[in-house]
Amino acid sequence: MGRKILLDKIDIPGILGFDVYRNNGGYSAVEKALKTMSPDQVLDEVKKSGIRGRGGAGFPAGMKWSFLDRSTNNPRYLICNADESEPGTFKDRYLMEKLPHLLIEGLIVSSYALGANTCFIYIRGEFKYLVGILEKAIFEARKNGFIGKNILSSGYSLDIYVHPGAGAYICGEETALIESLEGKRGNPRIKPPFPASKGLYQCPTVVNNVETLASIGPIIIMGGEEYAKIGTGKSTGTKLISASGHINQPGVYEIEMGISVEDFIYLDEYCGGIRGSKKLKAIVAGGSSVPVLPENLVFKTAKNETRLMTYESLAEGGFESGTMLGSGGLIVYDEDACMVRNTWNFSRFYHHESCGQCSPCREGTGWMEKVLYRIEHGQGRIEDIDLLVNISKNIEGNTICPLGDAAAWPVASAIRHFREEFEFHVKHPEKIKNKDHGNIQKLFVP
Amino acid sequence: MHNNQIQHKIHFRENKEFHFREEIMEKVKQIISRYPEGKQKSALLPILHIAQEENCGHLSVDVMDYVAQLLGIQSIEVYEVATFYSQFYLEKQGKYVIELCKTASCAICGGEDILDFIKEKLNIQEGETTDDKLFTLKTVECLGGCGYAPVMQVNTEFYEFLDRQKIDSIIDELRSKANDEKAKASTWAEKFC
Repeated sequence: MGRKILLDKIDIPGILGFDVYRNNGGYSAVEKALKTMSPDQVLDEVKKSGIRGRGGAGFPAGMKWSFLDRSTNNPRYLICNADESEPGTFKDRYLMEKLPHLLIEGLIVSSYALGANTCFIYIRGEFKYLVGILEKAIFEARKNGFIGKNILSSGYSLDIYVHPGAGAYICGEETALIESLEGKRGNPRIKPPFPASKGLYQCPTVVNNVETLASIGPIIIMGGEEYAKIGTGKSTGTKLISASGHINQPGVYEIEMGISVEDFIYLDEYCGGIRGSKKLKAIVAGGSSVPVLPENLVFKTAKNETRLMTYESLAEGGFESGTMLGSGGLIVYDEDACMVRNTWNFSRFYHHESCGQCSPCREGTGWMEKVLYRIEHGQGRIEDIDLLVNISKNIEGNTICPLGDAAAWPVASAIRHFREEFEFHVKHPEKIKNKDHGNIQKLFVP
Repeated sequence: MHNNQIQHKIHFRENKEFHFREEIMEKVKQIISRYPEGKQKSALLPILHIAQEENCGHLSVDVMDYVAQLLGIQSIEVYEVATFYSQFYLEKQGKYVIELCKTASCAICGGEDILDFIKEKLNIQEGETTDDKLFTLKTVECLGGCGYAPVMQVNTEFYEFLDRQKIDSIIDELRSKANDEKAKASTWAEKFC
């Protein structure tokens, strides 16, 4: 059993309430930071911890914080990105539902380090029930003097507000989120300027994921160096993994980075193996945007090294034979899953969620969806397969925000690893009429 | 998002008298005050959520004009936002909007069968409303409940690990409480402290 840093208090009865949370050591990170540390010292600890952004991109949080423009007198803002919408990812929802005060504590310490006096939690509109939970936690923290004017007599003041979105995946992209928070359509901005200099209301802004910010409290308590000892290489600390798909025990698990993918999928304390004792066919390791990995590359890399649950190990082999840790949204597919149908499903998602601003993404995602639909429904042409690769290449890197890449990678990787399955769909339309045609080996049996 | 909503039938002058009730107005003013002076437009999304609930579950042009006036912005600034986000409806909806997730894990863990079952049970297709105006059936993209697949939301209440039996009992329960005033679902306005 690995160490738990985020979820260690989750089973304490009443931990949703301020008093129980406080009596179990809660808000001591705020006390430590505001009473004994300068904002720069907090920043140093976060840098030392090596924590990387948990939303998907994996950019070092301390470095992101250090880019914040401190030269102007404009107000600074911290925005907590709770717009969790990446298919396969549901960890932030779990964290906010079970441990809202852990997030609030992280927000206070982080805002202090950044010199922000206002912090917004931008939460996806579908999580309406969490808005009440968070507002209540904020209310309690305010009543107890941890939010508001002159917190703990430190002279530092902070307000935290919850701001709901209204159903748009694109608002998880930080500049689209800022546009949305300003009351506009969620169209990503051209960068530079980056939010660190011109973000919300053109003021210096940091946007971080829920899990990243919830980790700041524990980092301050244990010290950045101690935190960095957990994990391996540049994957420090613990990570929440959202596990779903064809596994026995779907759910959110906190892991020390560095355990093997095989252990995570098969051990009883985690996913507990594949449902119905079937064989594994493929995984999506970090949310729907990352390349899909076929079974032969899941447990071992192309170099025959053990594949680990870390940023580096999952990326080993690049796009040829690797993937990405992304948001930690692990989707597992068994031998009967149809990769064409799954790729069509993902493409439909990206088409629906494209904001429509850049032509390659707006047109390309819809085009890929249509082509994949016809292959999956027995009307495909053999040249469609290369057409898909071609479209994906023309989207990738040609859009303002990464949604275009995210739409392209699942398609390109599925064809790279499962081309024979796509060809089977085209060549044997009569055999794929039934929905359960994912296992083409079985279909070849006379 | 950009392509689906254009075809919606927009309801124009159906509720010229629309305005927030006094207690809702207090909450609305409080939400507006959270944003810096001159940046009241930021409150648009939360206020549209509340306005939609107050207008029986959809936004008409009258309602959007009212919100624009309230925030001191142009009507077009509200229309362009209301047509962008999938949680804002420009058409009349049933009392209960069933939104079934059709993405990724929900699709591979039985969600497709659940969709067929709900269609059969309510005798409607996707996007349609039952004759008694109780249920509207929609499919939506990832709801962020992949580990509890298949999932759906009904007026933003979550239902997880769906199977046929569960669908039966959920729909029966909603039918039976449809006319019960006390069983009113939680509202956006009461979520904000």
